[in-house]
This record gives sequence, structure tokens and C-alpha cells, in this order.
Amino acid sequence: MPITVTNRANATTILLSGEIDHHGARTMISQLEETISTWLPAHLVLDLSGVTFMDSSGIAVLLRTLRQMNHLGGSLRVTSIPTQARRVLDAAGVGRLITLD
Amino acid sequence: MRVSAIDQAVISFSSRSANEGFARAAAACFAAQLDPTLDELADIKTAVSEAVTNAIVHAYPDRLGKVTMRLRLYQDGQLEIQVKDTGMGIPDVEQARTPLFTTGNEERSGMGFTIMESFMDKLQVRSQVGRGTTVTMRKRIARRAGVPR
Repeated sequence: MPITVTNRANATTILLSGEIDHHGARTMISQLEETISTWLPAHLVLDLSGVTFMDSSGIAVLLRTLRQMNHLGGSLRVTSIPTQARRVLDAAGVGRLITLD
Repeated sequence: MRVSAIDQAVISFSSRSANEGFARAAAACFAAQLDPTLDELADIKTAVSEAVTNAIVHAYPDRLGKVTMRLRLYQDGQLEIQVKDTGMGIPDVEQARTPLFTTGNEERSGMGFTIMESFMDKLQVRSQVGRGTTVTMRKRIARRAGVPR
């Protein structure tokens, strides 16, 4: 489950790629936690443009990331959401908790 | 009167998480004969992923078990997907279907049944503690103009 980090002065962007399901979610959660702990971003952008499939395990990944960013006092934004992932997030009402672009 | 299926496939696999991707790909391949739209295929894959993951995580929490997926196709374009396990069973199905309810670990959000309900036309959950759970989902794939069936 590859993740790519781009760190700029105003925000850190993490590009997620591949399929996000229960099989890969734990690894992805660990990778994200480690990355956030390393960079301590004030503003984190999760770019989902490389995600080819996502089920409700992806919701758990985003909510864990939100919790960590809240703990740091930072913000989280999710961008470039593919249609299938967007429908999963909408069905679960995730937009009420996280800014989805 | 119960209408018989015009095609069916039965696939059994171990409750290993690596099989989640296999199950949704197999269901999508079976459904492809209905010439579904990409959105309909994505719906089927998502719902199957949720049902199979539930079986893997909750039915057999501390051992490997068998998950059986039965796919049936009816004349009217109705696709039926049944995911069956012979694991622990769900003590309270209504509670399990409540959004955000989960007994799972950090990778679970408690939204699995909500997603299945949203993405399929019908969802039925039958469970007996100690005997297992059968999730049956149905979705009608609309016939597209000019496409023979």
C-alpha cells in the first residue's frame, strides 16, 4: 500500500494509492501514523487520486487520521476522491466530520 | 413461486483477509455477463467486500474458517449474492446493522451493513449464535438499450 509524502511550508500532502480494504488497512494506518508523527503537519491533505477501490475500512483509516490530527491541533482535508470512494464516504456521512473536496 | 436461477456459481475460500480482493473480483466477473455499468460493478464489489470482511473478522475471530459465496443470476437481471459462514454468529442482528456499531478492531468503522444497504437493493441477514451467518444481497442490473440478454 504505497504512500507518497510531499511536504511544503503550508501543508503536508500524502498521496494514497491502490485498494483500501480490511486486508491493507492496518498497514496503511501504521504508515499514516508514522508519517504524521514524523512531520507533525499543521495542515494535512490526503490525496486519494491513486485509490482504485475503497470499502468501509477506508472510513476507519480516515477517522483514525482525523483523530491523530485533532490530537495535534492540526487540520485534515481529503482531496481528489474517486467516484467509488466518494460514494462510500457519502453513504456513511463522513463529510459531516471531515472536509471532503 | 420461486423463480429458478439461469446461472449460478459457488466459491468457497478460507477466511484469510487476502481473499477479500479475490471475492470481490470473482463477483464482478460473474456480474459482467449482465453488462453492468462501471458504477453498478463498483457497487457490487463494495458490497461483497463488506460482507466477506465481516465474515473474516467477526465469524472466525481466532481461527481460520470457510466462507462460501454463492452468486445467482435471474432472468429479470436480478443478481443475488449470498455470503455464508459457519462461525460464531451474531447475537443481535438489529444492533449489528446499526451504523457505527462495531465489535471489530481499529480497521473497522461499523459502517459495513450501512454500505451494503446503500449499494444493493435488498439486504437480508440471518444468523444463529454458534452456527453462523448468511448475508443475502440482491441488486437488479438495468438492461441497457441494444444489449441482448
